[in-house]
Amino acid sequence: MTPPLLEVRDLHVEIPMPYGRLHAVRGVSLSVDTAESVGLVGESGSGKSLTLRALLGLLPRPARIVSGAILIDGEDVTGLPAKRLKRRLADTMSMVFQDSLTALNPVMRVGDQIAEAPQRRLGASRGEAKAIAVDLMTEVGIADPERRYRLYPHELSGGMRQRICIAIALSTKPRLILADEPTTALDVTIQAQVLGVLARLRQEEHVGLLLVSHDLAVVGQACSRLYVMYAGRVVASGDLVDLVTAPRHPYTFSLLRSVPDPDRRVARLLSIQGQPPDLAETITGCSFAVRCPFAEDACRDWEPELLPAGPARLSACRRIDTADRWTAMVAEEVSP
Amino acid sequence: MSAVITTVDPTTPLVDTGRRARGRRNVTLTVGLGLFGLIVLCAVCAPLLTGQDPIKQDLNSAFLGPGSAGHLLGTDELGRDVLARLLYGARVDLRVGVLAVISPFIIGSLVGLVAGWFGGWVDAIIGRIVDMVIAFPFLVLVIALVFAMGPGTTSIYTAITLVGWVAYCRIVRGQVLVAKEQEYAMAAKASGLPTWRILLRHLLPNVILQAIIFSMSDIVLTLLAIVTLGYLGLGVPPPTPDWGSMIQEGQQFILTKWYMSTIPGLAIVITGLALALIADGIVEKANQ
Repeated sequence: MTPPLLEVRDLHVEIPMPYGRLHAVRGVSLSVDTAESVGLVGESGSGKSLTLRALLGLLPRPARIVSGAILIDGEDVTGLPAKRLKRRLADTMSMVFQDSLTALNPVMRVGDQIAEAPQRRLGASRGEAKAIAVDLMTEVGIADPERRYRLYPHELSGGMRQRICIAIALSTKPRLILADEPTTALDVTIQAQVLGVLARLRQEEHVGLLLVSHDLAVVGQACSRLYVMYAGRVVASGDLVDLVTAPRHPYTFSLLRSVPDPDRRVARLLSIQGQPPDLAETITGCSFAVRCPFAEDACRDWEPELLPAGPARLSACRRIDTADRWTAMVAEEVSP
Repeated sequence: MSAVITTVDPTTPLVDTGRRARGRRNVTLTVGLGLFGLIVLCAVCAPLLTGQDPIKQDLNSAFLGPGSAGHLLGTDELGRDVLARLLYGARVDLRVGVLAVISPFIIGSLVGLVAGWFGGWVDAIIGRIVDMVIAFPFLVLVIALVFAMGPGTTSIYTAITLVGWVAYCRIVRGQVLVAKEQEYAMAAKASGLPTWRILLRHLLPNVILQAIIFSMSDIVLTLLAIVTLGYLGLGVPPPTPDWGSMIQEGQQFILTKWYMSTIPGLAIVITGLALALIADGIVEKANQ
């Protein structure tokens, strides 16, 4: 069996605070195969963006990786010297950010920004780099690339700018694109177009995608496999269809039930009560227990491990045996 | 999951908005540049504008008032033509003023860039050096340095560079601290570009504006510093005309021959005004 393109093992990220340490990512493990599209979902503060940034060494100060391993093609790269590690990561992965306006250098022509990496890193000549940039612009669906090459970021629309960002990400010939809420700043139509570009790249160029989003609709469109994060941990993972049709973690279940669904009548749209735990404090028991409609006393005492919950899926819940009845339980509003 | 979103063909050409109409007339900048251009032009064309020699003395025609025959702005106590001294003095002062700003500008900006980007102990060391320089008033330190090195333009350049870079360093460092958290800086970092390239190509153009604006008023401050040095006898050595020494010489006769100090004083004020207008104009343009 070939090792996955990217594997993360037990990643811990901490943010030192004046009053202690904020344990923002608490042992995340995940993997992405070649040309696979994987989603990382969770609410704000669940550590999904930090996980993504940690992969490229882009953690905002003072956050830092405390422990964990990053494997590329099965090879542990975390032990490499800083410069080679940076190089290895940058060669394998590229990042697309949420806000295309701040992700582009405002005083540089967009074409030059795409041509920069081919020229400076891959050793293309000026002319070649420009040709590569124009090709990439065509590839991400920008009409009339020759002329748009010379525009500045503020002269382009949001969707167009995000395409430029994708073109820049592609300019280093990555095998995996890390996307941090790439469509949040866009309206739904443009969002679909941008996701379309990413999907096409995956099919035609075999560029994998690790997509971070809080928007289940976006992840549903773009990804085939999901990791659900809560309070700095992965609480459930598995195929998109399995996860959505038969959730095996109360958090996934609650998330899905809080999305309005025009095709299905539900008695009541479920909102998740309460707030995520304070990550600066030590969490005993299941981090979701206080908000979980199905929690029992034991849930608050020890933290459940991430265990197999069916074919190719994992879940960290003690109450998994009652999962089939969750819908009924909520519908009847009966607490177990 | 039933979010049904029809995917639009991504290759559809989008309507092109074109370049937005640029260059709303920026009156401030235009006037400032025009005024400063005029001053520079006067300095450059000094020999064409006056036939008089700025250092030729003629004690028989000393203390002539403005409007005298052959001396449009009069003569000083040694009978030297004030207009000629003013125009030739502009050459000296503008050159020294601009040159004395360029090296602190470059050095300060680069050091600030490095301090802001790398942070940590690099920033701490640079920060302490900056604090040390700032602890002394600008003029006191410049005067002390020029005094130690001896009068002359080289000493002036060196002293002003040694003291002046800290202002640029602080401005640029602060801007870098903001800019380096921007996603474009992270994106450049993520794409594995060499650090020097990220700094010079991506950060510098985005952070340098404040420093350029400051440099405009800094030229005026530097002019004043040079004038002050001239006044203390540490400036441009005589008989080379410069506005500072003209003011200083005229000061003794201020009650009777007011124009001797006032005319070069006005020249400084107008130059300062022109530079201030340019600085404001740049701010205006940047905010558009």
